[in-house]
Amino acid sequence: MSEVIVDGVALIGRHIKHIRRVPQKLLSVTVMPVTMVLAFGYILGSAMDVPGVEYREYFMAGVFAQVMVAGMTTTGVGVCEDLNNGLVDRFRSLPMSRSAVLIGRTVSDLLLSAIACVVMSVVGFAIGWRIHGGFWSALAGFGLVLLLGFVAIWGGALLGLVLRNAEAVGSLGFVIVMPFMFLSSAFIPLDGLPGWLRAVAQWNPLTAVTDQCRRLWGNSTTAHGDGFAAAHPGLVSLVALAVLFVVIVPATVRSFGKATAR
Amino acid sequence: MEYAIETHDLSKSYERHKALDGLGLAVPPGTVLGLLGPNGSGKTTTVRLLTTLLRPDSGSCRIVGLDVVKQAKEVRRNIGLAGQYAAVDERLTGLENLRLIGTLYHLGRREAHRRTDDLLERFGLTDVADRQAKTYSGGMRRRLDLAASLLADPPVVFLDEPTTGLDLINRIAMWELVREQTARGTTVLLTTQYLEEADQLADRIVVLKNGRTIADGTPDELKVGVGGQRLEVTLADPARAQDAARALREWGVGTATVGEGGRRVTVPVDGGIDAVATAVTALKGEGAHIVDFSLRKPSLDDVFLSLTGHGTPARDSQPDAEAEHAA
Ligand SMILES: Nc1ncnc2c1ncn2[C@@H]1O[C@H](COP(=O)(O)OP(=O)(O)O)[C@@H](O)[C@H]1O
Ligand SMILES: [Mg+2]
Repeated sequence: MSEVIVDGVALIGRHIKHIRRVPQKLLSVTVMPVTMVLAFGYILGSAMDVPGVEYREYFMAGVFAQVMVAGMTTTGVGVCEDLNNGLVDRFRSLPMSRSAVLIGRTVSDLLLSAIACVVMSVVGFAIGWRIHGGFWSALAGFGLVLLLGFVAIWGGALLGLVLRNAEAVGSLGFVIVMPFMFLSSAFIPLDGLPGWLRAVAQWNPLTAVTDQCRRLWGNSTTAHGDGFAAAHPGLVSLVALAVLFVVIVPATVRSFGKATAR
Repeated sequence: MEYAIETHDLSKSYERHKALDGLGLAVPPGTVLGLLGPNGSGKTTTVRLLTTLLRPDSGSCRIVGLDVVKQAKEVRRNIGLAGQYAAVDERLTGLENLRLIGTLYHLGRREAHRRTDDLLERFGLTDVADRQAKTYSGGMRRRLDLAASLLADPPVVFLDEPTTGLDLINRIAMWELVREQTARGTTVLLTTQYLEEADQLADRIVVLKNGRTIADGTPDELKVGVGGQRLEVTLADPARAQDAARALREWGVGTATVGEGGRRVTVPVDGGIDAVATAVTALKGEGAHIVDFSLRKPSLDDVFLSLTGHGTPARDSQPDAEAEHAA
């Protein structure tokens, strides 16, 4: 057990050096989120007129979720790089803890996601986004967002190990994520959707996460409680993320045990 | 006798393609085994099986008596690996790269630092130790990679094509480092596409082709079949090549083969300068217009020619094409 910690800490150190030395890494957690916040806040925000919804408050949870899920690609691409330049082979030939390699990568990528959250919060605040709940519920909202980010990061690691190719990770990641993003309440309330599509969208974990965050942050939400999922977004999001986590992590560890570059 | 590396009937397939077929090795401690073969012959697969990265389909392998499948973690404590592509973290400095590996070998902080400094010194990397590895030349990268594989001072070291892509100066420097390590008693398995490299470094050579062993012996035993130097003559007119080949044979130089668009005639010459003089005389008598005339060491192609009657299968990459220049 202590081996996992020692090795994990050493590898987190490695990734933190990367963050400091590779400017693109910081760009991906600053420029992209800032652009998203501004684009949704100003461009979509002024075009969007949903009765009973203050859009400038509504969309922020969606942007948080979108940026967390985008972390998947960053992780996947990083895993492919390690695989293809032989570092994974080297690590796997050492008498070290194997899960430490994955823990080092995912924990330090979570740090990047957390930086993105801070940046987005600041920009959101500047354009009028406010949290109306108490301190602890605000924190719980960020915790939920980061939990989503962590699951996405592990998903990215799995994609990287299975596909072994950065471009493939980028495009397959996009194909997986897009339906989840669009069939959710991340950016638009679900009221306008036809009945059956709405039912699907309400059970989408991203809907649950964003709706729960809006509740915790006291932002406009249109979840009127038709159906179990809409009434209990907190429970649905936690269960969905837990299930994904329990499926993805062992699969990732197993793929790592077999992974070799071609 | 306990072998440092021992395999029996080792096989591995990818999907339905048999990459390694019944490999048997027995490498005594402190010796160097050269695994010689062209691209795709199964060298990397062998290294990956022996370093616990792949599981064999059948057969067994032991490293210092430890079973590679059942005692994988124990095996990893006893091996060092320098893979086919220099596995260095480009964004870390040379020093950081080695210290990280030292930590992951659980050497303890002081020991990891001491060995890092020691290896940087031995490998001539002290001056660049604080530069990110992405600024290193190919030769420096390879040396750093080799240093990483030796950091824990393992009894058995695997080097997968340690000099492919290096120019002559860097190649010779690598050979010197490998020799130093074997002088310390380390057992080395190295793979290569160069007969000369195996000849320089190895105590025994195993020649692989399509995953099968086609020859096994000391470098001298292997070279008896291959012969000495090769004389290569390029003619202006391909139509004259067969005549030139016949003339060489008649003058007793050796059996010549015609290759490269029918313009190049290659003949093994053992008799040194006299044989060359004889060849020149023979060709002069033919009146063939000679464009180029050169003497070279036997290549892997020549080994294959002598062992199987034809050259290496599918030479899809020319290792020399990517050779880099000394920094
Ligand atoms: N991961 C893989 N999947 C499928 N085929 C592979 C894989 N790795 C190697 N091969 C095939 O196995 C054979 C042996 O490859 P390899 O051991 O890499 O040879 P070498 O190192 O001698 O060039 C080749 O035909 C190669 O194409
Ligand atoms: Mg290879």
